[in-house]
Amino acid sequence: MKRRNRAAVVLVSLALALIGGVLLACALGAVSIPPLDIIKMTLNKIHFSDFQATWQPASETIIFQIRLIRVVAAALVGAALATAGVLFQGLLRNPMADPYITGTSAGAALGATIAMMLPLGLAFSGLGVIPVAAFCGALVTILLVYNLARVGSKTPIVSMLLAGFVVSSMLSAIMSLLIMTDSELQLKLHSIFSFLAGSISVQYWSQIAVIAPLVIGGIIISLFFSFHLNAFSLGEEQAAYLGINVEREKLLILALGSLLTACAVSLSGLVGFVGLVMPHAVRLALGPDHRLLIPASALAGATFLVIADTLARTLIAPTELPVGIITALIGAPFFIYLLRRTRREYAF
Amino acid sequence: MLSNSNSLLMQKVSFSYFNGLVLRDIDLTVADGEMVGLIGPNGCGKTTLLKLACGVLSPVRGEISLGGISLKKLPRKQVARHVAVVPQYFNIPFAFTVAEVVLLGRTPFVSAISGETRRDHEMSALALGLAGINHLKNRYFNDLSGGERQKVILAMALAQEPRLLLLDEPTTHLDISHQLEVLEVVKSLNRQQGVTIIAAMHDLNLASLFFDRLVLLKEGTIVADGSPREVLTESSIQDVFSASVKVSQHPVTSAPHIVVLPREVPTNNHLAS
Repeated sequence: MKRRNRAAVVLVSLALALIGGVLLACALGAVSIPPLDIIKMTLNKIHFSDFQATWQPASETIIFQIRLIRVVAAALVGAALATAGVLFQGLLRNPMADPYITGTSAGAALGATIAMMLPLGLAFSGLGVIPVAAFCGALVTILLVYNLARVGSKTPIVSMLLAGFVVSSMLSAIMSLLIMTDSELQLKLHSIFSFLAGSISVQYWSQIAVIAPLVIGGIIISLFFSFHLNAFSLGEEQAAYLGINVEREKLLILALGSLLTACAVSLSGLVGFVGLVMPHAVRLALGPDHRLLIPASALAGATFLVIADTLARTLIAPTELPVGIITALIGAPFFIYLLRRTRREYAF
Repeated sequence: MLSNSNSLLMQKVSFSYFNGLVLRDIDLTVADGEMVGLIGPNGCGKTTLLKLACGVLSPVRGEISLGGISLKKLPRKQVARHVAVVPQYFNIPFAFTVAEVVLLGRTPFVSAISGETRRDHEMSALALGLAGINHLKNRYFNDLSGGERQKVILAMALAQEPRLLLLDEPTTHLDISHQLEVLEVVKSLNRQQGVTIIAAMHDLNLASLFFDRLVLLKEGTIVADGSPREVLTESSIQDVFSASVKVSQHPVTSAPHIVVLPREVPTNNHLAS
């Protein structure tokens, strides 16, 4: 069928772009390593082939112990945020919804801040204390917001948004209070700022090993909701007429999006714009059908963040910029360009 | 599991939102293949009654059953495979095409894992044809006129292969030709495929022309139920709508035809002269 062919072409192209982006990101840095060598050493590593090592042994360490971890983390964050953005925008029928509307950002930030107050050296089996605290902070916040927003057996979208806003404000205030009163934290303002602006800070493969299955699983489960998300685009009432158990699915989709967001913030802090812009860009280019929109946004978000993170660490090397600055600097003009070019949906 | 029978039975059904009863002790039976119009003033409970009939609202008191099975016991998906609803209006914040919207009518049949089948595409193509909007299928829903949108919403409901079709004021806001087209599609569905129809209608004359049975609601209760000739009387309309009317005959079909009398003109003198 035509539609299927088009979807296949789009997804394969995006996947190739992601692989290209990953190679490029691994190649660039203080020491540049030829992409061909990277392919060879990766194939060797997975025992697929046995190429002669024409590269420095140090290169292999740089790729596998430093760069690839970071690049894979960037790809996971980008994919998770873009997918969460699609889920929230589709469910809430609000193009301005972003992954942080359920309060995950403030919860994660407070969690990370509290973690920074703790004595150093406390690590959860190689996961890092800050990511774990951020993840927990995000999850606790989501639970709080859901419970506040519930009215009887229903969770109206408006009370969801209000609860998210109120809880976020309160948690942000607590975080500011902690920073202002704790002398230990004031020494760590730079780390806090990096977290808030969004920086990928992953040191161990074990972190990836925990988060990757959650993100990939989350995206796959999201795909099962794609047809119903199209129905949700017509409104909750219409979705109910079409036989959807609205309250149950709404909660599942909100939980799924929030979980993906929590995974992302645990790896990168609060990277803005990816979750907002990627779904829009993909929707404007490919249409609003969630069956294509979800996988395409995940791949595009991953590629975008891999590239943005590479820029963040190479532009003014050796100083690293928070990747969130790059995503906003690229994302905002790109968004404006898309809106101006395609007038399918919006007047701007 | 629902059989092909889709008779709707409401017994002593009451419903309230947060303030006060909206429907009170409704007893209504609609048999297979009937074409019923719900009439009554704004806020009399027509829309609520339709929402109860398709199970998205549950009665506070009373019992509603579909084909002999209580609605409470039927999963939403099961109900949606038999009952389709054409709402008054909806908007879509994204640029879906007409074909994509109509395919959504297949939602109760589409599996989350394997996606839509050939049959789903056939049924939505059929629905586009039935609603007479094949030529619109690649247009964006949001670019269409109100009349065209209403036909798309109707086609989406038809793609659901309903045995019972509920319509909420399907002709409001439409021009005369679109009003007729929509009602003709609905009527032929009823006559040719035996689909049971319940429609809330605003326009009493259209209701009189197209429906075999009218149910007149006033403040949440049924005050008249029968053929248009039985229900649309000068006294019942005066009572329910507080409007003075003259009921005459449609010049061609001889269905009751209602002419509104202006309030300013003293009614008695006017009639006398």
